[in-house]
Amino acid sequence: MIEEKTTKEAFKPRVLVTKIGLDGHDRGSRIIAAWLRDAGMEVIYTAPWQEISTVVKLVQEEDVDVIGLSSLATDHLLVPKLMTALSEVGYQHVKVVVGGIVPDADELMLLDAGVSKVFHTGSAKNDVIEAIGALANKARNSSSSITFN
Amino acid sequence: MKAKNDDKPWLVRLLNGERTVLAKAISALENETDEASTIISGIYPYIGKALVVGFTGSPGVGKSTLVNSYIAGLCEEGLRVGVIAVDPSSPLSGGAILGDRIRMAAHEHLENVFIRSLASRCHVGGLSRATARIVDVMDAAGMDVVVIETVGAGQSEVEIAEIAHTKVVVCSPGLGDDIQAIKAGILEIADILVVNKCDLPLAAHTVRQLKSMLSLRDESPEWSTPVVSTSALEGTGVVELTEIIKNHEKMSSNKKEGYGKGKPQQRVLRLLANSAADEIKKALLQDKSEEISTICDAVLKGEMIFSDAIQRLIKGSLPCKQ
Ligand SMILES: Nc1nc2c(ncn2[C@@H]2O[C@H](COP(=O)(O)OP(=O)(O)OP(=O)(O)O)[C@@H](O)[C@H]2O)c(=O)[nH]1
Ligand SMILES: [Mg+2]
Repeated sequence: MIEEKTTKEAFKPRVLVTKIGLDGHDRGSRIIAAWLRDAGMEVIYTAPWQEISTVVKLVQEEDVDVIGLSSLATDHLLVPKLMTALSEVGYQHVKVVVGGIVPDADELMLLDAGVSKVFHTGSAKNDVIEAIGALANKARNSSSSITFN
Repeated sequence: MKAKNDDKPWLVRLLNGERTVLAKAISALENETDEASTIISGIYPYIGKALVVGFTGSPGVGKSTLVNSYIAGLCEEGLRVGVIAVDPSSPLSGGAILGDRIRMAAHEHLENVFIRSLASRCHVGGLSRATARIVDVMDAAGMDVVVIETVGAGQSEVEIAEIAHTKVVVCSPGLGDDIQAIKAGILEIADILVVNKCDLPLAAHTVRQLKSMLSLRDESPEWSTPVVSTSALEGTGVVELTEIIKNHEKMSSNKKEGYGKGKPQQRVLRLLANSAADEIKKALLQDKSEEISTICDAVLKGEMIFSDAIQRLIKGSLPCKQ
């Protein structure tokens, strides 16, 4: 439980759940979105087939902490491009996780590219929630790009 | 708007419309962080230019889809558009799935468009507590038009009325309940009524029903609320709707009173009253004192009437009266 404060809202992780690439099977991302909502997070949910540039703009506008990408075909091969695009705009503090069907060799490649975690099919609900919550906290604490003073 | 020489760097960047600064400022306002008051006082000299249009109506009537078609036309005119899309938070977990953007995909990639999804965070009223301030910060960042989509819950009337210059109430054909909801009070705040999904049967019937309801209402001399048919999916009626919104703006900007963010003091007072009520409720529910249980007991047994009990509870819960 997040402790309730009276004057300030408790920190609510903002998570973008989306799909890049050509595969349109969004059952996985729907389930994850519902899990995260039920864990008290705010989930921005999009249709599949997102362009990388659109994802970057969306991440900026929505000020998300974590991006969750579902990949059931070979969409995860595009993720390194997304990582590059994020750091080009100075958003490397945003954590990226990939879930779905990812071969072991590709997992290494993704982690190498800066992905924080890969969830394979059959991942336990609590593990997913905990990991994403922790990553969101980290992301929020390390985003210090702008100070209002 | 042009920044002044002594403006802080963040403010200069915000006034220049930098997307990342705007987004971070919105988060600070939404989370009511310590930076929020700095932001509010910083932008104060620069607000009050944007046209604010509210879209409200029952769940699923097509508000997001219609906003998507509406902003298409604005973009063609070269206007900068901010969208605030509010979706409900789950009262159980406090979490939310924010899905309005799905229907706005056709324009979300455009440079001129800035969309922000907000969770209502269980604030009754169909908006989130920070909505009015987020409108202001979008305004300061140079948006020509700020569009608000409210949670389609019945109670958003008053709040959206205080924030938006033009209130568009959307409904769809063939839903008896929908009309029912409109009767309940939302009709009063509508500057424009839209029957969306006019590609479906019964649309003409719904238009007639609404028109006859409107005829029972006292008309203002300057504005008679039009009923517009649209199909947000097919794009029909959207040009007409855009034109009517513009006319409404022209009409209301000629009036001195009630334009702009209407009665800002009133808005702040309502916000404070709501928040104070939240605080009192929380305090009462957590209060385990003898006095509280005596009061509850007395009400249960019929020894104390409701209004007396409430007086005693309010007095007891306000620190200044203790
Ligand atoms: N036939 C038809 N369907 C429409 C039209 N506009 C929207 N829809 C459909 O209605 C459904 C709901 O549309 P949304 O735009 O999400 O409705 P909304 O009012 O924003 O919904 P909430 O935000 O959940 O309250 C979607 O399946 C749309 O495709 C229309 O003009 N005609
Ligand atoms: Mg919607």
